[in-house]
Amino acid sequence: MRVMAQMGMVMNLDKCIGCHTCSVTCKQAWTNRTGVEYVWFNNVETRPGLGYPRTYEDQDHWQGGWERNRRGRLRLRSGGRASRMMRIFANPKLPSLTDYYEPWTYDYDTLISAPAQKDIPVARPISQIDGRPMQIKWSANWDDDLGGSPEHTIDDPILKKISKKIRLDYESAFMFHLPRICEHCLNPSCVASCPSGAMYKRSEDGIVLVDQDRCRGWRMCVSGCPYKKVYFNHRTGKAEKCTFCYPRIEVGQPTVCAETCVGRLRYIGLFLYDADAVLEAASVEDPTDLLEAQRSILLDPHDPAVLAAARAAGIAEDWLDAARRSPVYDLACRYRVALPLHPEYRTMPMVWYIPPLSPVVEALRDTGFDGEDGRSLFAAIDALRIPVEYLAELFTAGDPQPVKGVLRTLAAMRAHMRCVNLGEPVDASIAEAVGMTADEIEALYRLLAIAKYEDRYVIPSAHVEIAGQLDELPGCSVDFESWSPHGGQGLGGGEPVPVAIQTFNLARRRAQADRFADLEEEQMKGES
Amino acid sequence: MKTFLWIIFPYICLTSFILGHVWRYKYDKFGWTSRSSQLYEKKILSWGSPLFHYGILGVLAGHVVGLFVPESWTNDLGISEHRYHLVAVSLGTVAGVATVTGLVLLIYRRRTTPSVFRVTSATDKIMYPLLGIVIALGLVNTIGVNLFGLGGYSGGYNYRNSVAVWFRDVLTFHPSAAPMIGATWSFELHALFAMLLLGVWPYTRLVHVLAAPVGYAYRPYIVYRSRDAQGASRLPRRGWERVDQRVSVKRGRH
Repeated sequence: MRVMAQMGMVMNLDKCIGCHTCSVTCKQAWTNRTGVEYVWFNNVETRPGLGYPRTYEDQDHWQGGWERNRRGRLRLRSGGRASRMMRIFANPKLPSLTDYYEPWTYDYDTLISAPAQKDIPVARPISQIDGRPMQIKWSANWDDDLGGSPEHTIDDPILKKISKKIRLDYESAFMFHLPRICEHCLNPSCVASCPSGAMYKRSEDGIVLVDQDRCRGWRMCVSGCPYKKVYFNHRTGKAEKCTFCYPRIEVGQPTVCAETCVGRLRYIGLFLYDADAVLEAASVEDPTDLLEAQRSILLDPHDPAVLAAARAAGIAEDWLDAARRSPVYDLACRYRVALPLHPEYRTMPMVWYIPPLSPVVEALRDTGFDGEDGRSLFAAIDALRIPVEYLAELFTAGDPQPVKGVLRTLAAMRAHMRCVNLGEPVDASIAEAVGMTADEIEALYRLLAIAKYEDRYVIPSAHVEIAGQLDELPGCSVDFESWSPHGGQGLGGGEPVPVAIQTFNLARRRAQADRFADLEEEQMKGES
Repeated sequence: MKTFLWIIFPYICLTSFILGHVWRYKYDKFGWTSRSSQLYEKKILSWGSPLFHYGILGVLAGHVVGLFVPESWTNDLGISEHRYHLVAVSLGTVAGVATVTGLVLLIYRRRTTPSVFRVTSATDKIMYPLLGIVIALGLVNTIGVNLFGLGGYSGGYNYRNSVAVWFRDVLTFHPSAAPMIGATWSFELHALFAMLLLGVWPYTRLVHVLAAPVGYAYRPYIVYRSRDAQGASRLPRRGWERVDQRVSVKRGRH
């Protein structure tokens, strides 16, 4: 057993209202630059829908991820090392800009510089790629909220898989939002595809990164990633991707997308996993076994044997403590309500999702039933095949049973908590029906519904021994004026203190305070 | 003049080639990329790029054999000059035609696709014509002189007695202009322009040739790296095009 730590995320899809705040703040933080105008490290898709880039889930076409060959060994779906090197001069499976969208700006200057004329001047859309006027035909979320359906929706690769059996008619229409970031996989196919060895998985926290100095722009990672979450910066000629906001994670802060999530639906924490077991787990024969295989390599942080092995592997005590309090481990393995996105790609993704119960509740309510009654909900989960099959194609390689299990747990929680909230006698059979006790159900409810900032984000900081390297703003620590032999003003010993550490406590207080007044009070106390 | 052209000039170019790469590696790793424009346009590229690159790899192989294998070695193997010449000219013609076709497609694409032309840098505008001249002269040598007997060399021009000897002498630091005396003009020009190309090589997008991912065949699929090994955060380095303004850190009290 070789224990490694992995930063993971869980998103509770029932809470996602598709407001795109995560996408916007992520873009402002990371891809607000030339060359990555079309890039969204975080994007929110409406499902059913085409996704971004369009139809990226159609691996028969894009050939991302891994596959199991006849001898039971894993190989990249796009071919062996040699055959992929033969295609290095023109990568046939690279999405073109039209598969993402052509980014644009507007000719705002016309509005003020146009001469006096009869008609009001108009700011025309200008392509950010070739600088010429263009027609806007697509964007990262053109089919938002089922816009343009069924014309666009019909090409959803997931819907195509299930609608061979059932057609999606208007009456059975359902919709939910799917926010996506890089999965920071345990078995990343982008890293495996990189000819230069520029992509790597950080051994401390499992974050997958691109070394910008070693990337040579071969673009194999873009096609290798089945989630299409590695992007090509067309100006620098380098690959870029979601960094899991590592400069923030290193000082114990959540990612920008999680921090700014309006619905507070994201959870961040540690997984401990057995690195030696990854390959075997990713190679199980039946794709529907991949979910359990993936759960099986995640180690129980309360198990003394695991803790001993983790200590032997050099994982620090505060990290083990964080692993024990990890909300993502609890959601994925203890309550088993979180599922990985597309386990069939065999990359062992580490961003997990709690599938939404809302399509079921809404369908139930629309037909005049009580959307919070346990028994009606259980019956509806069994009866509503289309949403369940759709979710199964996303999260369990098509096996509806685990999805039904999660939805039943969520339904039980809903029914149970209604009894509690209305002061009615609690029906013990509801919890029993999903194999839980009333206390467990209420604990899950607290985690899903009212978890505070410090419960949702359990992020141990990177280690103090190396704190000198921590720096939220690259390069600024050496530029501090106080960095002089005589010591500067304001800072005690004249040692450069990275901004991140300096403002860390303040930022934490700000994020954790329930009201602004609390913060002000605390500041007053501090000053007096 | 001969001394300058065949001894001093080549050493200037080769020194620039080597030191330029060292300099680029030390100070501009971020700019070391193939600078793919596939995202902008892929129809012409999917034909032009493989044609050019496979062609040029063939050309490279031909040059390695032609320049580094002395005539005496092939004679010892019992391969006559005539048979050697036949093989070299036929393979060279195939590789050369592929290279030129690919290059023409790529340059046409670069000029006519607005998005691709927009990102064509000043060094590209020097490098592409230079590369084109070298390849065109090479094709004149292979097809014009050696295949059709241009310049009166009906049996083909035996560069292995002249150009190859000179080149090996330069590389082994026994330079001499003598082997080039009497070489036909197209071979002379080809060698000189090729030297010039080598000289500007490290300052252009051609650096990506030295990034050929040979190590990929041997490394494990998944690469792990420790945070510690990366060292402290660095200042942003210069790329081939500035993508952002350097953040100026506010001075004063913190």
